[in-house]
Amino acid sequence: MSSFNAIVPMSCVTAAAIAAMIAEAFRAPGERMPIGPLGAIGLAGAAISSVLLWKDGASSFGVVVADKFGLFVTFILIIVGVLSLAISEPTIDRERLPRGEYYALMLFALAGMMLMATATDLLIIFLALEVLSLAVYVLTGIRRDHALASEGALKYFLLGAFSSAFFLYGIAFTYGLTGSTRLDRIGSLMAAQAMAPTPMQLLAVGLLLVGFAFKVSAVPFHMWTPDAYEAAPPAITGFMSTGVKAAAFAAFVRVFLAAFEPLRPSWSPILWIVAAATMIVGTVVGVSQSSVKRMLAYSSIAHGGYLLLALLAANDVGKAAVLFYLLTYAVTNIGAFGVISVLENTDQPNDRVRDYAGLWYTHPALAALMTIFLLSLGGFPPMAGFIAKWYVFSAAVKRGYTGLAIIGVLTSVVSVFFYLRIIVMMYMTTTDTPARVPPIPRMAGLALIVSAILVFYLGILPTRVLDWAAASIATIF
Amino acid sequence: MNFPILTSLIALPIAGAVLLLFTRDEERNEPLIRNIALIVSVLVFAETLLLWTRFNPASADFQFVERHAWIPAFGIDYFVGVDGISLLLLVLTGFLTPIALLSSWESVHKRLKMFCVFILLLESAMMGVFVSLDLFLFYVFWDAMLVPMYFLIGIWGYDRRIYAAVKFILYTMAGSVLMLLAILGLAYLHSQGTTGEYTFDLLKLYAMDVPRSQQFWFFLAFALAFAIKVPLFPFHTWLPDAHVEAPTAGSVILAGVLLKMGTYGLVRFAFPLFPEAASFFAPYLAGLAVIGIIYGALVAMVQPDMKKLVAYSSVSHLGFVVLGIAAMNTQGVQGAVYQMLNHGVSTGGLFLIVGMLSDRRHTRLISEYGGLKNVVPRLVAVFFLITLSSIGLPGLNGFVGEFLILLGAFRWDPRLAALAATGVILSATYMLWMFQRVNYGPVTDEKNAKLPDLQPREWLVIAPIVAIAILMGIFPNLFLKPIEPSVNRLIGQVSQRSSQRLQAGNSELRIPN
Repeated sequence: MSSFNAIVPMSCVTAAAIAAMIAEAFRAPGERMPIGPLGAIGLAGAAISSVLLWKDGASSFGVVVADKFGLFVTFILIIVGVLSLAISEPTIDRERLPRGEYYALMLFALAGMMLMATATDLLIIFLALEVLSLAVYVLTGIRRDHALASEGALKYFLLGAFSSAFFLYGIAFTYGLTGSTRLDRIGSLMAAQAMAPTPMQLLAVGLLLVGFAFKVSAVPFHMWTPDAYEAAPPAITGFMSTGVKAAAFAAFVRVFLAAFEPLRPSWSPILWIVAAATMIVGTVVGVSQSSVKRMLAYSSIAHGGYLLLALLAANDVGKAAVLFYLLTYAVTNIGAFGVISVLENTDQPNDRVRDYAGLWYTHPALAALMTIFLLSLGGFPPMAGFIAKWYVFSAAVKRGYTGLAIIGVLTSVVSVFFYLRIIVMMYMTTTDTPARVPPIPRMAGLALIVSAILVFYLGILPTRVLDWAAASIATIF
Repeated sequence: MNFPILTSLIALPIAGAVLLLFTRDEERNEPLIRNIALIVSVLVFAETLLLWTRFNPASADFQFVERHAWIPAFGIDYFVGVDGISLLLLVLTGFLTPIALLSSWESVHKRLKMFCVFILLLESAMMGVFVSLDLFLFYVFWDAMLVPMYFLIGIWGYDRRIYAAVKFILYTMAGSVLMLLAILGLAYLHSQGTTGEYTFDLLKLYAMDVPRSQQFWFFLAFALAFAIKVPLFPFHTWLPDAHVEAPTAGSVILAGVLLKMGTYGLVRFAFPLFPEAASFFAPYLAGLAVIGIIYGALVAMVQPDMKKLVAYSSVSHLGFVVLGIAAMNTQGVQGAVYQMLNHGVSTGGLFLIVGMLSDRRHTRLISEYGGLKNVVPRLVAVFFLITLSSIGLPGLNGFVGEFLILLGAFRWDPRLAALAATGVILSATYMLWMFQRVNYGPVTDEKNAKLPDLQPREWLVIAPIVAIAILMGIFPNLFLKPIEPSVNRLIGQVSQRSSQRLQAGNSELRIPN
């Protein structure tokens, strides 16, 4: 059944993006236009249509399939989008960024992410990847007069383009082998020939793996991450560290667990090593960072490692664990970057660890919110991060990946060390020159509080969301 | 009687903490904040006493059980209950929290509101650890408890507080994450069994027959987590730092309740879940315990700092508890449970006394004191009683526990008992020597000549501790009676299953390949 229904969510977002562009074009210089709310309306439309689609069951528009898996990721992306819009406002005002451009790019990126999460054809996945990547490259360097921003954006762009080439090569080889780019056909053909994998098959899988590894910043393809995260304004960093990751992992799960599942014996050892290296490098290097943004960049790499572990342990528990983990990570990490973003000042970024000294004494509420997010990232109960990690590790233990699970829990102890460094600074250090913090805009404050509530909700009463996650994976695999 | 009393033990402190969050942290609000916190904690204590009176001491089963589905997708229930082993630990927690709050009356002014919030959250988590009968729930409380303690040490502690706080949290976490994996493995194993149920229900997991090769690793993972918490030699190095740097209230709770969680965990989880591995490892645990008893005592002897001395004495005293548990006979385990309570009371008392002295003189070095007997006679009298109770003088609480443990250990292995008994002598040496240097002789330092004696508030803090110490020494049966049936059930559980296997022909336990 082909129906337009399946692409309504991303169409809403695209329409909002186009509207934002048009509004920017007709904006008189200096005029303030409510472009942010325009995006919010688009996202609300996407949310409503997704709920309706969820109730109806799977519908598809060609190779774009609005199954529950895709819709769950779409929901994550909508939450990411709404929270990012809310925390972006102060950054735009302060940095005098072109409002319409900023929001249009963000919305286009979101549309690309949604497409990536629902596509079941390698070429469409590639297309979506490019849509979102191009938007995010520009957003990374949107502070044009900022040397660091240009450097980070260029690095991100060059390496990203490089990885896209790998990805495209992988698609080409896969097409050469199977004569199709559709995931279901690839899957059945691979299964038919899987007795002894040919070098060609391995090459195709390997190239696609490299492409995905770049996008989810898995070691050893993580080099761009700290630079890009540091270069972008914190609101954008929060957006791309969660949104891009969610979309890329959704496609990763679809491609590897649907199309290339028959070749699992060949790729799982490689992924094992990649996951272990990602967890270890992310946490160990994170310990020595002095910039909070770089620290969270490494933390994001490490969290990618846990997601890879869940993907590797892809029993039914593991697949749902990927979804739940992505959701909690998105809520938590945007919250953390939101705090960084409201702390930023025009003349000083306030993003060194030592800038947090004594924050509790001057801004107790901000410090408390940051603490909640950091503890959740560190996996403490009763925050969401704990349940998410529990889920991932239980999947790993079930599948017999005990070694990786041990690496995972030990690295999460190491990661607690660097999250605590910020908490130590905020609560246990005093300074004569506390960082000057601009007044906190209402929307951003509200977004942070909503994130914190979600963190506790997912940590204490996760049942309903867990059931949704379980239902999502039941529809496709 | 359907009132969910155990849940209210967990929920009431949280409710108090939330209430406190809505007060303004100002100087004129100080009495209000203190009173809210104190009233809440006293209410909780009253509830634990109520629990004790309603508790049926003849039964070995879990009582006041509550069970609600929590996360059905993972087979996780909110499942709480109390038996003789945990009952008195709950009472102890309820008893020490108001005392800890009162002890900070004068010394904590900075950020008072959050101090009280963290103490109450800590109390809630401690209660949760002792009542959980679901391994997931237990782990949640076990981990959640670290956070408030971390803040208590890190914000209100002494000079090296940050180092101590981070060390505390990382050590404990490093131990407990492997237990997390063992818990997951255990639940998975249960789902492979006949019922196919993925569950964290402790009672169902008790009934499961874990293959020996897995028992081995699971036991090690659990035992490591608990050994760090106890702390058992050689995992004790976080303890002196944490104790010395923590504020008095933190030290009291740390020594009084938190350390008991390690030994409680051994009794509740590690031994009955993995009986064969436990009986295989018991001699090693006992060996480490005895090393800890002697080593802790010897190190305590040479400490120049009173707080550090008391901290190392904890290592020594907790060694006795582990020895009693390892012996796994009625006297040993009963003594161990009793000694957990004793240690909470007497070491809590010692930390309070040290806190009172350092509030007056702002130093904890023994050499700074001398001749206090004539300056603050009442304080010294109380100090003396608590010192004696810590040493284990007959007639006071410490004696009963140590005696039972040594009796149990002797029935099991006389050599260990003999070695451990030297610890009793050593503890008398270091405690009395410290007491003598602080309180006897001439007043050597001018600053000591005019110290104020016990204030009414301080009487309120310390008198209950002294009263309990005497009560527990004279009427031990009052406390031992509810403990006994549960202890016997536990021992039956452990020995029956390990002997069944032995009879079945797998007579030799060896390290699996």
